[in-house]
Amino acid sequence: MAEVLLQGVSKSFGPTKALVDLSITVPDGAFVVLLGPTGAGKTTMLRMVSGLDKPDRGEIRIAGQSMAGLTPAQRNVAMVFQQYSLYPHLTVRENMEFPLKSPLLKTPKAEIARKVGEVAEILQISHKLDNKATQLSGGEMQRVSIGRALVRNPSVYLMDEPLSSLDAKLRADLRVELKSIQANLGATFIYVTHDQIEAMTMATHVGVLDQGRLVQFGTPRDIYEQPVSIYAAGRLGQPHINILPANIFGAAPANAVSIGLRPEHILQGQGHDCLVKRVEHLGDQTRLHLSYSNADLITVTDAHTSLKSGDIIKIQPHRPFYFDGAGNRIA
Amino acid sequence: MAQIVIKNVRKEFGAFTAVQSSTFTIEDGEFFMLLGPSGCGKTTTLRMIAGLELPTAGEIYIDGEEVSQKPASQRDIAFVFQMFALYPHLNVRKNISYPLVSQGMPRDKVRAKVNEVAEILGITGILESPVGGLSGGDRQRVALGRAIVRDPACFLMDEPLGALDAEFREHMALELRALHDRMGATTVYVTHDQLEAMQMGDKIVVMNHGVVEQFGKPQDIYDWPATTFVAKFIGSPAMNLLDFDGMVGNGSTSVNLSETKVDIPQMISGANGTLTLGVRPEHVRLDDAAGFRGRIVASEYLGTTQIVTLDTNHGPVKARIGSEVVVKIGETTGMHFDPRSVTLFDRANGKALISKANHEVLSHG
Repeated sequence: MAEVLLQGVSKSFGPTKALVDLSITVPDGAFVVLLGPTGAGKTTMLRMVSGLDKPDRGEIRIAGQSMAGLTPAQRNVAMVFQQYSLYPHLTVRENMEFPLKSPLLKTPKAEIARKVGEVAEILQISHKLDNKATQLSGGEMQRVSIGRALVRNPSVYLMDEPLSSLDAKLRADLRVELKSIQANLGATFIYVTHDQIEAMTMATHVGVLDQGRLVQFGTPRDIYEQPVSIYAAGRLGQPHINILPANIFGAAPANAVSIGLRPEHILQGQGHDCLVKRVEHLGDQTRLHLSYSNADLITVTDAHTSLKSGDIIKIQPHRPFYFDGAGNRIA
Repeated sequence: MAQIVIKNVRKEFGAFTAVQSSTFTIEDGEFFMLLGPSGCGKTTTLRMIAGLELPTAGEIYIDGEEVSQKPASQRDIAFVFQMFALYPHLNVRKNISYPLVSQGMPRDKVRAKVNEVAEILGITGILESPVGGLSGGDRQRVALGRAIVRDPACFLMDEPLGALDAEFREHMALELRALHDRMGATTVYVTHDQLEAMQMGDKIVVMNHGVVEQFGKPQDIYDWPATTFVAKFIGSPAMNLLDFDGMVGNGSTSVNLSETKVDIPQMISGANGTLTLGVRPEHVRLDDAAGFRGRIVASEYLGTTQIVTLDTNHGPVKARIGSEVVVKIGETTGMHFDPRSVTLFDRANGKALISKANHEVLSHG
């Protein structure tokens, strides 16, 4: 396993700047999740590390060694794509054995069988090992392609939305599994996702990307509780953080333009009158859509609340975030 | 607008039975969700309401009129598909006008109607644009516009948000629901996403293998599942289900799990053999003094809360607790289940046993 270092990496595709002077250190054994909307540069960064793309400027090091000029094969990285690509004429077992059968590795047969069996078990595809890859459902094919990466022992695993095509139940199972595989192996993972639940539950570190720039790097708890900007604050949290004019509930710090309120920043039962516009019972909690002054906000309350639309409740900000005109956090 | 009654409806495709025998009522003006995994028969049910499939047996009433064997064109409905098919060579206005023009409506009336619908959907600014360059959301709005413009008695929607990405889906879900609240038209909506169903629906039908598992209000279904399938399908993480051997009868208020007494709501039915105790993660509290014990194997941080997974003699248990609580992986601790929220199931058929807590919800369905 290895540390991965990017130093001043830039990459443009024609007029589009995909990465701008990106520097990041992925510690050995870290599970780094890259978050950001489409076009933020997440996938481009993965492709730089894997060697599928070359940076215009800057340097990439894996385990201290410069990757300049090395092919993907020479870098010893394992990559899982959002779109699985399996060998259609091979069985599941043969697909998973494939990376181990490389003449470079000389893995003994018994070791290959053991490794494939173990990974298949984890991914819940043991019963499909002798099926042709083409006889599988989409979710099963994706698990095989994850399996093909996991049987290897690369210096870093690179995963690009590997769970997004799976159903909710399986996604939840594999979240826990991938995380424990990573922790047990002490492996370095760089993982791209749109799904904030994956980011919060699996990451040791989250990198927030915005238009090719790294805007915050820290634990999920850091990003959630101490975001540096409106943008970073908006990456995590459901319902989405409420961003309102700074002085809407009274005095705000100088220079503050917006106030940011997560549900836990909103005390109920005291303070300002708000109209309940809609009540959504989600089972474990209830979402309240509120209207105050000329703004709308969303908070959560008890699952069995008797509140209904048209009621008036009191709310009070409690240790909220404040942001300046550029969206940077000032308090 | 319309009430829709589904009565003993069955659909077979050759030897395969897609829908066994469905019975439920969609009230006038409701936002009604058909929820279930792929292959459960929800889309087939919707297509039978639409008239795109004819049932093998049973009756379908729209506003009191039996329509089960009538073609789609004779039912006053509008269908919105997951893959919104727009006419690529026409602009937005012409796409929305199409159903009215083909009905032979006079041109100035069409114009007025389309303007009104565009206003509702917030797409007045793009009416003259070609549909080619539109974003996914705008394309979906245009598809909705084409359905709304006809003023049908009801809307049938088959995973209309399925193709959108997560962030945008949330936004469109709110928009759709607000639109429904303004127009009040009966809407039947198919989804496999339980959160979407909980969030948007007035009522939910949960289907599995062609069978209606439960029918009712979202919170009722969440709190008091009729079957273990519903318990597992609704909620994220799902309800904890712990198998144990035991007996309960009228008046029982506790069961024994691994020789530990666990309180339950007072039973008004009985069962003996392998039973399943169901408890939602937010009703599990870590309490070192509690007798039922497990080893902490994982903690997943979720911002306000965390999900703690424990291994017990009866399988894994997930607890949703505040993220400020510090838990140590590997440690053994006790668990307290909120007795008011527990459901017992008969393991043999997966059906909930009736207690004083759930009998009101389960007696009507």
